[in-house]
Amino acid sequence: MLASVPTFALEGVDAREVTVEVDVRRGLPAFTVVGLPDTAVREARERVRSALLNSELEFPLQRLTVNLAPAWVRKAGASFDLAIAVGVLAASGQVPVGALDGCAVSGELSLGGALRPVRGALPIALGCRANSIRRLVVAPEIAAEAALVEGLEVCAAPSLRRLVDLLHRRWSPAPPRPPRAAAAVEPREVPDLVEVRGQADARRALEIAAAGNHSLLMVGPPGAGKTMLARRLAGILPPPTTAEALDITRIQSVTGGADGLARERPFRAPHHTISAQGLVGGGARPRPGEVTLAHRGVLFLDELAEFARPALEALRQPLEHGSVEIMRGQVALRFPARVLLVAAANPCPCGVGGERCECGVLTRERYRARLSGPLIDRIDLVCQLTPVPGPSLASDATVGESSAAVRERVVAARGLQSRRAEIAGAASNAELAAAATRRLVPLEGPAARPIVAALDAGLLTGRGHDRVLRIARTIADLAGREHVGRDHVVEALAYRAVAPGRSAVASARKAS
Amino acid sequence: MSGACDACLRRGYLIGLLAGRIAGLVGRPGGPPSELLALDDSSLAMAVGGKGKDEALAFLAYFEPRRARADLRHAGVTAVCKHHESYPTALEDLNDQPAVLFCHGQVELLTKLDDEPAATVVGTRDATPYAIDVAYDVGRGLGVAGITTISGMALGIDGAAHRGALGVRGPTIAVLAGGPDVVYPRSHRDLHRQIAESGLVVAELPPGQRPYRWSFPARNRLMAALGRMTVVVEAGESSGTLITADFAQDLGRTLGAVPGRVSTHAAAGSNRLLREGAAVVRDASDVLDELFGIGGDGTVVGVGDVGSARLGCATSPRELALDPVDRRLLDAVESNLDVDAISTFAGLPINEARAALARLELRGLVRRDGLFGWERVRPPR
Repeated sequence: MLASVPTFALEGVDAREVTVEVDVRRGLPAFTVVGLPDTAVREARERVRSALLNSELEFPLQRLTVNLAPAWVRKAGASFDLAIAVGVLAASGQVPVGALDGCAVSGELSLGGALRPVRGALPIALGCRANSIRRLVVAPEIAAEAALVEGLEVCAAPSLRRLVDLLHRRWSPAPPRPPRAAAAVEPREVPDLVEVRGQADARRALEIAAAGNHSLLMVGPPGAGKTMLARRLAGILPPPTTAEALDITRIQSVTGGADGLARERPFRAPHHTISAQGLVGGGARPRPGEVTLAHRGVLFLDELAEFARPALEALRQPLEHGSVEIMRGQVALRFPARVLLVAAANPCPCGVGGERCECGVLTRERYRARLSGPLIDRIDLVCQLTPVPGPSLASDATVGESSAAVRERVVAARGLQSRRAEIAGAASNAELAAAATRRLVPLEGPAARPIVAALDAGLLTGRGHDRVLRIARTIADLAGREHVGRDHVVEALAYRAVAPGRSAVASARKAS
Repeated sequence: MSGACDACLRRGYLIGLLAGRIAGLVGRPGGPPSELLALDDSSLAMAVGGKGKDEALAFLAYFEPRRARADLRHAGVTAVCKHHESYPTALEDLNDQPAVLFCHGQVELLTKLDDEPAATVVGTRDATPYAIDVAYDVGRGLGVAGITTISGMALGIDGAAHRGALGVRGPTIAVLAGGPDVVYPRSHRDLHRQIAESGLVVAELPPGQRPYRWSFPARNRLMAALGRMTVVVEAGESSGTLITADFAQDLGRTLGAVPGRVSTHAAAGSNRLLREGAAVVRDASDVLDELFGIGGDGTVVGVGDVGSARLGCATSPRELALDPVDRRLLDAVESNLDVDAISTFAGLPINEARAALARLELRGLVRRDGLFGWERVRPPR
């Protein structure tokens, strides 16, 4: 007899539907698995046999052929155990075949017949919805996560035995409680901007960055508070919408870090020794990199100058397209990678900067060359940080605004942007296409003058021009203005990142 | 007006031929092969030994002065030998004086060295911006006074001193470690061209020779000998510039140094020279005082202009037209403050301070310093 059971294989952060076909027929007892299984899948035979027998079910002593379709996709891991077992049961008539209509299963089996959780419950549940599957059976540990997807019946079966009862309608599990109901739970303690003293310039830049999703480079000596500020960025970004939260959770689910629906945006701060693969993802069995783990959140690159050049080079494409594409064999994987990039760097090699800097011109030149390369032209804003003197740290006079207050303005600015989203074709100002930028930021009269002057003086390139317009749009949004004014443009000009050219000293001397 | 006798020319080309082998013989890297360069032709050939000896002896026997002269003409290079009247007498203080100088540019500048004192201005390649400014100003001030600035055309201090002099069309001589037509460092191609046009490039090695490790200290001895005074603008403790300073002292030349911040490593060597009695040099006037005595002897034209040529003294009309807030901003940028401090200093909220900086940038008064900060644009001089 033939039975087929839908299940899912993880591909990147998506789930691909795999149909497990089981054929039981007379012949010498044999148990064959075909359809590009890896070793772990082939070992499912032993687990399935023991699980069935230990669950007081029958393991047919006949010729069993299992096919995992589509046959050309490589299958890995133990998540096919349950589908194979259920397929064997159905094909040998131990469960009604009709009970399996529109029902997918996913789980690993223990020898005793218990269900074990698998990674990626949320993508699997999303895959069910995409493939019009009404019901999904998983281990109880991950049922709540799968239940985040609306319009899908998720059944938490603790064991194979229970699952057979379920299919015979002799038992039904309590519906898993979606963790969304637990929104009342106290959100994790997020560091607050109130704890940051001084740093007016960086605060302002951070606010603009958050309001328009502009990438930001913070420059300051060690100990000035670059990391401290970056960590507080998540607290002033608007909270994720439900769709965004699902997006974030989906990625966490695949990497095994999901804990209910994500209520905050991720903050990832990879160490500067990270490889290109670690940053953008990859590997023989492709795994998401840091840029994907930071999807819809903040990717913080501390000590930007120390990162390996190939790693930064690799970041360019994801930053531009909002996704990473990885080719492996016949399969092209797409990882989402829409991040707010925040980088930090020392002002010069000695790290002191300003008037006390001791770096020679050659040393500075070399440092500049290291920074000017691959990433700096992806940065929208640059701000400076100063170490705050001890007395100011202790006094209350320098206490700044709280994250909540800043977030309010950011959310309002984002609100303006999302109201425009239809005509803008982008969710945030930073993502505006060139044509949309010029349409949305019409510069007339005095507002246009600084831009024209900057172009005339050779301070702006075409790319820089659009970038300044986008930043100016965000500054105007923060001020709640419909039209971009001259002040907004000038401030945008002052924050714009400039690829460090030849050292000014050298070029000035050259010119004279 | 220029020329070299056959023997001296042969000597010059012999050094060029053996340059690579001398490199192998110099035990201590960085030390000048004085003993070798002091040897006569055949002794030098013997000292080199091995295959080099045979080559050198064959070269000495078959050297063709006419072809060498044709080569020089082709390269636009003039050879001046120690028997020629243009050859600077100052070099005779050396016990290993070069037999011939290969010159590219205004050879009259060599003659001038016998009539008027010149100053050698040297320093580290990896100099602080402050020292670069000082070197530029010293070169400029000397140029205004008509005094020759001698340096090595290296990155950093050397280049700035040459440029200072060139900027006022003052006389300047670059002493190179390779051939006079070989640009080293390569990035100074334009500077080399300018010096060859309106100044003079001299070298001990013949045209086409690349510099060797030993030829830098050897070049330093020439710079030290040619100047009546050597000014070390900035040098670290292990800087090659200190070799020049040593030579200058050994040759009885005046030694001066520019004070640097005591905590700056790049200035440790020059500060030590000051501690050990080198003359304090703040600007070109101090150099002129050392060369001519305080007040000068009046023979040099234009000494009085030096003061006004100093950096930052002139305020451009554009700056005078600024409102007080912008003036304060400009001062803040001048003192290398960061944006937070600038906004406090100017009494502006941060977004207005940023905007004001951008306005100054648009007016060409400040600019990005290449490392994400701001710096003042010097008024045109």
